Order: sequence, then C-alpha cells, then structure tokens
Amino acid sequence: MFLRRLLKNKMGLIGAGVILANILVALLAPYIATHDPLKIDITNQGALPSEENLFGTDEYGRDIFSRVIYGTRISLYISVLSVLVAATLGIILGSTAGYYGGWADNLIMRVVDAIMSFPAILLAIGIMAVLGGHIYNVVLALGFVYIPWFARVVRGSVLSIKEKEYIEASLAMGGNDLTVLFRHILPNCMAPVIVQATAALAYAILAESALSFLGLGAPPPAPSWGNILSDARNFMLDNALMTIFPGVAITLAVLGFNLLGDALRDLLDPRLK
Amino acid sequence: MRPDPPVLSLEGLKTFFKTEAGLAKAVNGVSFSLKKGETLGVVGESGCGKSVTALSVLRLVAHPGRIVSGRIMFRGEDLLKLPLERMRQIRGDGISMIFQEPMISLNPAFTIGDQLIEALRVHRRISRSEARDRAVEMLRRVDLPAPEKRIRDYPHHLSGGMRQRVMIAESMLLNPDVLLADEPTTALDVTVQAQVLDVMYRLTQERGTAILLITHNLGIVAESAQRVVVMYAGRVVEEGLVENIFEQAGHPYTRGLLSSIPLPGRGQGGTGEPLVELPGIVPSLFNLPSGCSFWPRCREKRRICEEDEPPLKTLGQDHRVWCWLDD
Repeated sequence: MFLRRLLKNKMGLIGAGVILANILVALLAPYIATHDPLKIDITNQGALPSEENLFGTDEYGRDIFSRVIYGTRISLYISVLSVLVAATLGIILGSTAGYYGGWADNLIMRVVDAIMSFPAILLAIGIMAVLGGHIYNVVLALGFVYIPWFARVVRGSVLSIKEKEYIEASLAMGGNDLTVLFRHILPNCMAPVIVQATAALAYAILAESALSFLGLGAPPPAPSWGNILSDARNFMLDNALMTIFPGVAITLAVLGFNLLGDALRDLLDPRLK
Repeated sequence: MRPDPPVLSLEGLKTFFKTEAGLAKAVNGVSFSLKKGETLGVVGESGCGKSVTALSVLRLVAHPGRIVSGRIMFRGEDLLKLPLERMRQIRGDGISMIFQEPMISLNPAFTIGDQLIEALRVHRRISRSEARDRAVEMLRRVDLPAPEKRIRDYPHHLSGGMRQRVMIAESMLLNPDVLLADEPTTALDVTVQAQVLDVMYRLTQERGTAILLITHNLGIVAESAQRVVVMYAGRVVEEGLVENIFEQAGHPYTRGLLSSIPLPGRGQGGTGEPLVELPGIVPSLFNLPSGCSFWPRCREKRRICEEDEPPLKTLGQDHRVWCWLDD
C-alpha cells in the first residue's frame, strides 16, 4: 500500500534510487575501487582522467576514483551514525518533555533552544576543536547539534498523541508511564521522525564534508568527500576535475536524501494527501 | 435477607478543576455504592460530572483536575490512599473501564492481538502464547467472527461495533470486579448498540462483575440497570431502583428528564403525554447557584430552594431524593 504510493512518486523514487546506489557503492567499495585509496604514487601526481585512473590522481598520486568510492563509505557511515545519535537523544529528550510537561518540559526545551541558537556548523566546529579530529568525534559533534531537530518534532507529536483516548485506555488497563510512552505514544510519533531523519541525513552529509574540508572532520588521509575536496582545492585552477568529482558525489547524495525526504513527508502527512 | 456488602462505594467524593477561570466543582460530594454483580446506571446531562466520577475511581483525572476529598472504598481499601503502584495493579485487573469512542480508544499502531496480550501481561506472569490463546478466547466470547484471524488485524480494519467488542474483551480479560462503562454505545449505530450491550451483559453476568453504566440514554438504563443514580451539576439528586425512578420519580429534575424522552405519540400532533423540554441550561460549574443547584430550572421551586441545600429524603426502600419538596 505504502510502497505502491512511493513507487508512484517519481521524485521520491529517484531519491530512493540514488540513496540505494550510494549504499551499494559503500558496501561494495573494495570491489568497485580500482586502486588502494590510500596508496601514494609520486610518479603519477595530478594525472588527468585516463583509463588507468578514471577520475585522475591527486597531488600525492592517489587514485581519485577509488577515493571517492571509499569516501561514500566514510561519509554515509558518519552521517548515518550521527543522525542515529541525534534521533536517539532527541527522542528521549522530546518525549520526556512532551509527556511529563511542566518544569521538565521547560528545562529540556530551553536547553534544546540553547543548542539551536548556535548555527549548526559553527557549533560542530567548536565541538570538534575541543574534542579533536576523529571519526567518532565527528559523529558526536553532529549528533549533538541535530538533537533539536528531533527533540522538537517528537515533543510536538507526543503532546498531541498523549491526549488520545487510547492513552487513557491504556492507563485505565493498568499500564505505567514507560509502557504508555514506548508502546503507545512513540510508535505513533515515528512518521515525522522518519521524515526528519531523512532530511537530517542530507544535512549531516553536507556538514561532515564541510568539517572535513576545514580539516576538522575525519583526519587525513581518510578519503572522506570533504577531505578529497580539501586536497583538491589547491589545484582547482589547474585541474578543476579534481574538485568536481567529490563535489558531484556530495551533491548526488544530498539530492537523493532530500528528494526521498520530500516524498516521505508527502506520503506520511495525511493533510497533503 | 442480608444485603450484600458493596464492591465499590464512593463517599463524599469531590473532584475539582482548578482553572484560570476559577474552580470548577465537577464532582461535588458524590456518594453511592455498587453491589456485586449489579448494574448501576448513572444518568445526567452532559457536564454533570458522570465521566469525571468514573475517572476519579481510577484516579485518572487529568490535570488540572484533582480529587479534593472523599473516600472510594474497593476491596476494603480506600483507593485514594493507595500508593500509585498498587493503584496501577487495580486498574484493568480489579476495576476496568470502557470508553465512549471505540474509534480512538485502540492504538492504531498495533494489532488488536498485541493490545490484548499486552493488557494481560501487564498484570499476569504468563507466556506470550498463553496470553494469545486467552485473547483469542476472549474475542470469541464477544462474538467477534474468526478471532484467530482478527487478532492480527489493526484497529482500522474493524468497524465501530467490532472495536467496541474488542474494548469489552480487553476490559473483561482479567475478570474485574467492577466495569466502568462510560457511554459505551453512544458512538455506535442503534442497531449495533443492542448487540454490544448484550455482549457486555453476558460477560459481566457470567463473572459477577458489577457495571457502573454511565449514559444519558434513559432507554438503555431502563432496559439493563437495576438501580439508577441521577446526577445534576456534580451532585447526586436522586437514587433508587429502576422501577422507582421511572414510575415514581421524586426529583423534579428526574421527572423533567423522563418527560423529555421522545417517544412515539409524544410531541407535536401526538396523542400521548406531551414532550416537555427542561427549561434553561446546566449551570456553570464555576458559579453554582446557592441552595439547590437545580432551582433556576425547577418548575416547582420555592423560596427555601434558593437558600439552603436540599435535605435527603427517603421515599421508600432504596429510593432517596435530595429535594425540598414535600412528599
């Protein structure tokens, strides 16, 4: 039923296809890549695309095609993990705030507002500067800055769902706060969370690339898209292709998540049917 | 003949809602008791405190409502003094509740089987498959066709009547002593109402469960209750056996309710007794009239009604009325 409607939505289908392709590339990276993405070859620096190096090589002679392929893995890994972190924390905070209300709501939502009052990327840069460059620190930093996305959406849904009669019925049958929250309220809040997560994934990919580009993301020589872009920056005028390939990869992934996110929002929002 | 001790008794229950507009006395000193296995009808207009009384029994009155005073005796304990954990064990097990809207009292995200199994496993240490068997059995008892298949259905697969049967099955799963039925059939088609009520009575009679039947439908009360409590503006105004209430109603409000039931022959062009409407509206709970709350609408009011709260008068065995009228 749901799948059939998704299949009818062309943009959503394209988005889903692009993401699926990205996931496949990430999983099958060792079979797709033609070279070791970390192998330096000083005899072949800054090569133009050729049969040997499909996208050319960078200033250390590393094969850009292989780096972009492996970059899919790193970028997806970081963004998926960080969105999971943000969603988990956001759901816990948002549902506590929405369900209990009162001072708990005020306290939690003011903290969330405080997080939100910083531009996400700036806050992430600050956190990375404190924690130091490491893949999992990127996950933590991005996971933290996207908490408000989820906390606010979940709180709103919980507020509306906890007034439903089946919540009262469940309490009348002897359910306690935790069963009511986890069994009855949260499953009915998942639609907006899924939409939000898809959109957040697009932003997380962008933010991860931005952090890497600034030298605050996955530490080099790890081939994250931001790193490849950053390495290529010095040669942009001589060999623009070096920047174009990782750029296109980022753009495609973000576009895919955005298209899918929009489609899901339309499908899951009963008002837009 | 020694009277049975009541399974549930309310003594001077007061539940108030503290809002910005003032203090709303939704339940204002209600007392009545429910005997084992009987059906007690609670009737009254919207907003007279019927539902809040039922929710108070389960201590589920939502903020800003609060039970201010009174006692609710169940199995020899005052429910209002129990720790929350004990109260939770009683909800669904000792006392359960059916709500008005079957359309929204089942969680749309789970199959009805999941919900019945959960309700069982909250209170009993039994395996999932055992709980499932009991759920199927219970669904069979409420005449849900093909319960083994239906148990995998989501609430939106079922009709309103079927959902209310599922709710009855859920509320009777644990053999409660008391079933609070808050307008259980108001949202259903008339044809379905009778079936659903039948199922409810059959199950409760088998198990000796007492029903507190909250309704504004006097027809349902006449058919199925043994005793009736009439509420007006948060108070009990009359209490008695069904025969007493329908044949020799003591309170002008009760008489008003009875004569406002549309029956064939009543009303314009009819030949029977005229259809009479009660003048006026229910008073604001924020600002109740002094004396008897009903006097502004009462056809038989006297000076004293405006000044003093009406006394209790016993009109016969089990028939009490709170009114200044002479008998």
